[in-house]
This record gives sequence, C-alpha cells and structure tokens, in this order.
Amino acid sequence: MSKPVGIVTKPGSSKANKTGSWRTTRPVFLHKDCNDCRICVMVCPDGVIFGSDSSYDADLDYCKGCGICARECPKEDIEMVLEVK
Amino acid sequence: MVDTAKKKEKPPVVESLLAPGHRACAGCGEALAARLIMDAAGSNTIVATTTGCLEVFSTPYPESAWKVAWIHSLFENSSAVAAGIEVGLRALGREAGINIIAQGGDGATADIGIGCLSGMFERGHNILYICYDNEAYMNTGVQRSGLTPFDSHTSTSPSGSVSWGNPTEKKPLPQIAAAHGIPYVAVATAGYPVDLQNKVKRALSIKGPKYLQVHVPCPLGWAHKPEDTIEIGRLAVLTGLYPIYEMENGEVTKVRKLGKKRLPVEAYLKPQGRFRHLFAKPEGKEEIKRIQKIADGNIERFGLV
Repeated sequence: MSKPVGIVTKPGSSKANKTGSWRTTRPVFLHKDCNDCRICVMVCPDGVIFGSDSSYDADLDYCKGCGICARECPKEDIEMVLEVK
Repeated sequence: MVDTAKKKEKPPVVESLLAPGHRACAGCGEALAARLIMDAAGSNTIVATTTGCLEVFSTPYPESAWKVAWIHSLFENSSAVAAGIEVGLRALGREAGINIIAQGGDGATADIGIGCLSGMFERGHNILYICYDNEAYMNTGVQRSGLTPFDSHTSTSPSGSVSWGNPTEKKPLPQIAAAHGIPYVAVATAGYPVDLQNKVKRALSIKGPKYLQVHVPCPLGWAHKPEDTIEIGRLAVLTGLYPIYEMENGEVTKVRKLGKKRLPVEAYLKPQGRFRHLFAKPEGKEEIKRIQKIADGNIERFGLV
C-alpha cells in the first residue's frame, strides 16, 4: 500500500483566511482624480485591489491596511482612515 | 474621472497567481515581490521554495496561497529540487514552454543553500533562481545572514556600547553567481516593480541557469513603517547602497543610473529602526561616513552617475 508523502493542498486555498481582520486603517478610494495608472494595483503586497476604468477598490475581506497604495498614489486619490467598530 | 475615450482599454484587474489570505505582515516587500514575479512568469510555472518567511506565510497548513505548481522540501535545497524537476521534465520530453523557478530568502541562498545553488549553476540547468534579499533571517527573529548590510542591528549582531551592529559587508552574491559563467544575472528591487517584472520576463526568455536577486524591504526586521516599503526600496537604489543592474555572460550590460536623483545615505538609514543607533550618538557620524564610502564605492564601480 502506498502512503502519501508530504502535504498536497488546493491552489489558492489560503483565501479561506480573511486577513482583513488584521487591519487598523482602511484605504478609502476617493474616485476623484484617478488617472487609471494602476500603480495601486501594482504595489499592493496582497494583490487585493480590483476594478477597471478609473474605478478601483480594495477587497476589504483581505486588505491588511498597510497603506502602500495611499502612499504611492501619484494623485493622492486614496486616503487611509482609522477602522472604528 | 478622466476622459477614457482616448485611452487604450485596459482589461479588468484579475486575481494574482499568489492568492490573498496569506499570513505575510502588512506592507511585506517579499509578498509584493513574489506576487509580481509570479504574475510576470505566468501560470505555466513550477516553483520550488526553500524554508523561510516566504514558505511559512504562503502555506499555513492545510492551505496554500500559490496558484502555480509549488513544492517545498528543505532549507538548503530548492535549487537541487528544481534541478530534479527540470531533468525529469526533459526525460519525459515535456520541458517545452514550462518555466522552472527556484527561490529562497537571503539566508537560504547566501549561507545555507549556496552549495546546492552553485551545483545548479555548474550543471547548467534551465532554471531561474530568485533570491529574496530582506537582509536577515526574518522568519526566526531577525538573525544576521551573509547578506546583512554593514552596521545593521539584528538579534545576533546587536548594537550597543561595544558594537555598531553587523561588522561585515554584504556577500557579493551576484558576482559569485556571475563567476560561474551563467548567461544572466540581475539585481532588482521591490521598489521598482515594473523593472522587476521586466527582469523576470527577460530571464525566463534565456536558456540556462539564471540568477535574480531582489531587494525586499521588511517592515518587521528593518523597523520601518509598513506604508514606506516601496519608498525604502527606492531609497536604497537612489543612495547607491543597492545598485540594480543586469549582467550577461559575466559582463555588466545595464545599470539604473542615478544622475541628479542621487541622495546621501542618511536618507535611506534614517527611516529604519535597524540603523537608529547610528543617529543616537555623536560617534555615529563616523559610522555613517563609512556607509557613505560603501555607497560611493558602488557608484564608482557601476558608473551610476
């Protein structure tokens, strides 16, 4: 009888873990001066900024609130606000 | 909103090949670089990863963030595992169109796995090796590695009354790789994402062993703000402390020039907690001068200005 060696799992299954609960600040996309450059999409460490056509938003289920998108946005069209519950 | 009629239509953003939900810290430069690299390489890729932050945060049991074929074995042997995969595919006649990537952190590359890595270069496997250089063993609590920079505070090279931190300079790993006579060696940074993706694509278009070293800022180990990750990466390049360049067949073929953008090393050292001790005492000025000398040496060597 053969025995499995190691662990095999499904691709992308880490999505079961919603890292959004880590967040202390939340990115707010103002949608005012967006010039569709997609720098925010490019620089997100978790790859959770989605959208098209100058209308982008972070998937808050996973966004950890690091603030890189707001820092790098050349149009200052993203604001970090404190998460309050 | 901008008038979109004149612009080229961009397809909607799709999910990356490194899925969200992984346990990297907020603002992790390594997670960012890994995601950019996977998206540049495409889905037809097999990846072997060493032990380290990248492996631990991306594959917490029983989950995986990877959406490509991915394997982890030991700390030192991702290059040997990848070599086995490459030879196996060749034996089956199925190597066409498949990218094979071996990757690891700076400790796994420069210290623990350099033997396996050297063997992979010497045997001439068609593999791209990626070293994520966050300049210490971050996963186990920021111990110094062969790629920790001069005067950096780590838990095994603490700064204090008798020490300024790590007493040695970075191991010249790109030069060691190039000395094997491999066709392509490049240094990139998470601070310049487009340049990083271009280097990955260029490397994968070349047959034979390739080495890519990526500077990845670590908010935890370097003690900087998570939102500054990209900025710190850029500052390392602009101060001359981390020159980014390409080498083909042992010769430097392309460097990123600094020109008028060149900055003094303080601009890079100041925002990071691991260099805080240099600014705490007046004698630190002498140490900063020594670091500036390292930057000046790089600038002269690679002709950055």
